[in-house]
Amino acid sequence: MLEKALIGDRKYWAWVGFLILLIGVGFIFYLRQLDYGLGITGMSRSVTWALYIAQFTFLVGVAASAVMLVLPYYLHDFKTFGKITILGEFLAVASVSMCLAFIIVDLGQPARAFNVLIYPTPSSILFWDMIVLNGYLLLNIVIGWTMLDSEKKSIPAPSWVKPLIYVSIPWAISIHTVTAFIYAGLPGRSFWLTAIMAPRFLGSAFASGPALLILLCFILRKFSRFDAGKESIQALAKIITYALIASIFFVLMEIFTVFYSQIPEHIQHFQYLFFGLRGHYALVPWMWAAVILAAVALILLINPRTRQNETLLGLACASVFISLWIEKGLGLVVTGFIPSPLEKIIEYFPTGPEVAITIGIWALGLLILTVLYKIAAAVKVEEED
Amino acid sequence: MNCSRRSFLKYAGLSLIGMGVKPALAGDEASRFTRSPEELMAKRWAMVINSRKCPGGCKECIDACHRVHNVPNFGNSKDEIKWIWNEPFRDAFPGQEHAYLQEDFKKKPVIVLCNHCDNPPCVRVCPTKATFKRKEDGIVVMDYHRCIGCRFCVAGCPYGARSMNFRDPRSFIKEINPDFPTRTKGVVEKCNFCEERLSRGLLPACVVACREKAMVFGDLESPQSEVRKLLQAHFTIRRKPELGTNPQVYYIV
Repeated sequence: MLEKALIGDRKYWAWVGFLILLIGVGFIFYLRQLDYGLGITGMSRSVTWALYIAQFTFLVGVAASAVMLVLPYYLHDFKTFGKITILGEFLAVASVSMCLAFIIVDLGQPARAFNVLIYPTPSSILFWDMIVLNGYLLLNIVIGWTMLDSEKKSIPAPSWVKPLIYVSIPWAISIHTVTAFIYAGLPGRSFWLTAIMAPRFLGSAFASGPALLILLCFILRKFSRFDAGKESIQALAKIITYALIASIFFVLMEIFTVFYSQIPEHIQHFQYLFFGLRGHYALVPWMWAAVILAAVALILLINPRTRQNETLLGLACASVFISLWIEKGLGLVVTGFIPSPLEKIIEYFPTGPEVAITIGIWALGLLILTVLYKIAAAVKVEEED
Repeated sequence: MNCSRRSFLKYAGLSLIGMGVKPALAGDEASRFTRSPEELMAKRWAMVINSRKCPGGCKECIDACHRVHNVPNFGNSKDEIKWIWNEPFRDAFPGQEHAYLQEDFKKKPVIVLCNHCDNPPCVRVCPTKATFKRKEDGIVVMDYHRCIGCRFCVAGCPYGARSMNFRDPRSFIKEINPDFPTRTKGVVEKCNFCEERLSRGLLPACVVACREKAMVFGDLESPQSEVRKLLQAHFTIRRKPELGTNPQVYYIV
C-alpha cells in the first residue's frame, strides 16, 4: 500500500518537501545540541525538564485519544466511526513516534538510551513508560495497517486482529496514566503531587486529540476526495464537548484544593502560573489565553447550533487544541520546577535551537501522518468508487 | 584423526556453552576485589552539621569538595554544578521562618548537600539504576557511565541536590584532580559522601576542611560514634522529613 504515498499532485509534494526541510533544519540543530550538550536549550539547574518533555506529555494525550474512536467502533459497533477509526489509529502512530523522538532529544546521553533495556528497573516509571509507549506504537501500526489492507483487498480482517484491538483499548488509557505517574509520584514537586493528575491528563487528551482529528478531517476533505461525513464529525464533536467539560472540571478541582487550603508549597505554583510570583510573570499571558480559548470553545461546543456549524466547529476545535497545548505543552512541566525545592524562581525561556529541534520533530510527526493519511484516504476513496 | 563435520560442530557448540558457564562458576564477582585494609567502614554513614559552630559565609568546605571532585565552574547559574553550598535558612528549611526569628537565622546561611536519604526518591525513579544506595553503608552513589541523562532523579530529589552536566565540564575545571574521575556532558552528578576517600581511610573532604569542626561524620549505627553522641546531646532537625525520605544529614540549630 505504501506506493499510494508516492502518487500525489504538486501541492502534496510541496507540503512533503516543506516538512522535510523543517526536519532537516531541526536535525542540524540537533547535531549542534549533541556537540554542545543540553546547555544549548533554555533549561537550567532549576528547570531541568521543559519544552521537549512537555511536547512528549501533550502528544501522549493525542495518541491516547485514538481510543475515543476505537472503543465506540469496535466495542459498541458504532458504524459511523467505521470510516475514520483508521485516522485515529494512524494519528496515534504519528503522535507516539513524536513522543519517542522528544524523549531521545531530551536525553543527555542518547547513545546510552538502551541502558533502560539492559538494566531494566521496574521501580522507575520511565521504564514502564518505555514499555507502554512502544507497545502502543506497535499495536496501532499492526492494527491500522492490517485493517486497511484487508479493506483494500475486500476481505474480512484476520481473526487475530480482534484480540489486539481489545488490548489496545486499555493500553491507550495506560499510556497516559503511566505518563501522569512520572509526575504525580514525586515527593518534592507539589505542583504535580496530585492524585487527579492521571484523570486530568485523560480528560484533556480526549478533548485535544479528537479536536485535532476533526481539523484533520476538514483538511482531508479539502485536499483529497476523502470525506469523513457530517455524522462522524458531529459524534466526535460531542466527545470533545464532554471531554473538555471534564478537563475544565478537573482543573477547577485542583484550583479549589490549592487555593482554599492555602498550603504555600502547593499554592505558589498556581500563583506563578496565573498571577505571577515575586515579580515573575512569563507564563501568565499564556495561561489566560488558554483560559479564554477554553471558554470560547466551551460556549461554541455546548450550544448545538454553533456545534453543528462546521466553520464554528473548526474554530472551536482549534481553540481546544491550542488551549490544551498551552496547558500541557507549556505550563504543566515547567511550573513544576518554579519555584524550585530551594524556593528559587528561575524562569525558563526556550532558545532558538531548542525551538528549531521541537519544530523539526513536529514536522517529522506530520510527515508520518501525511504519508499514512495519504494511503488511508486513497484506499477508502478507491473502495467507494 | 577422524573428525566429521557433525562432531566438530558438536564440540564447538559444547565449548561455547562452556565459555558462557565459566563466569558463573568462577564465583562471586565481589570476591575478586579486595578492600583496602585502611578503608573506613560503617553500617550507616551520616552527618551532623552544627550550624551554631559554622561561621556562615565561609567557603572552605565547599571549595575543598569541589576541588577534590573536579566540579567545574561555568561562571553562570544556568549550567551551575554544585555538590555542597550555602543556602539561606528559610530556603533550606522552607516554612520554618517567621517574622521574629532570631536575627542569626535570617542572615546566616546553612550548608546543604545531598542528604543520602534512607528512602531516596532519586534511586526509586532512576530508569537504569545509575543511582543506587549502597547496601553496606547507605551512601547514595552514582555510576556516571550508566547515567543516560534523563534527569528524572533531578525532578525526584526534593532538596535540589543534583546537578546536570549541561555542557562538557572538563575545560571549566581549574585544576584536575587525577584521583577522581571527571564527568562527561549529559550526565547528572551530586555529593557522594566522599566514598572514594572513605575507601582510602580518609574522612570526607568537607569535614576535614572545616576549621570550626562544624561538620561531623560517622556511623549512625554505632552508639559510640560522635554523630550519635551529638544527636543525643542536641536537638537536631532535618530537611523536609515530612516527605518520608529519611534524610541522613542532621542539623544542630
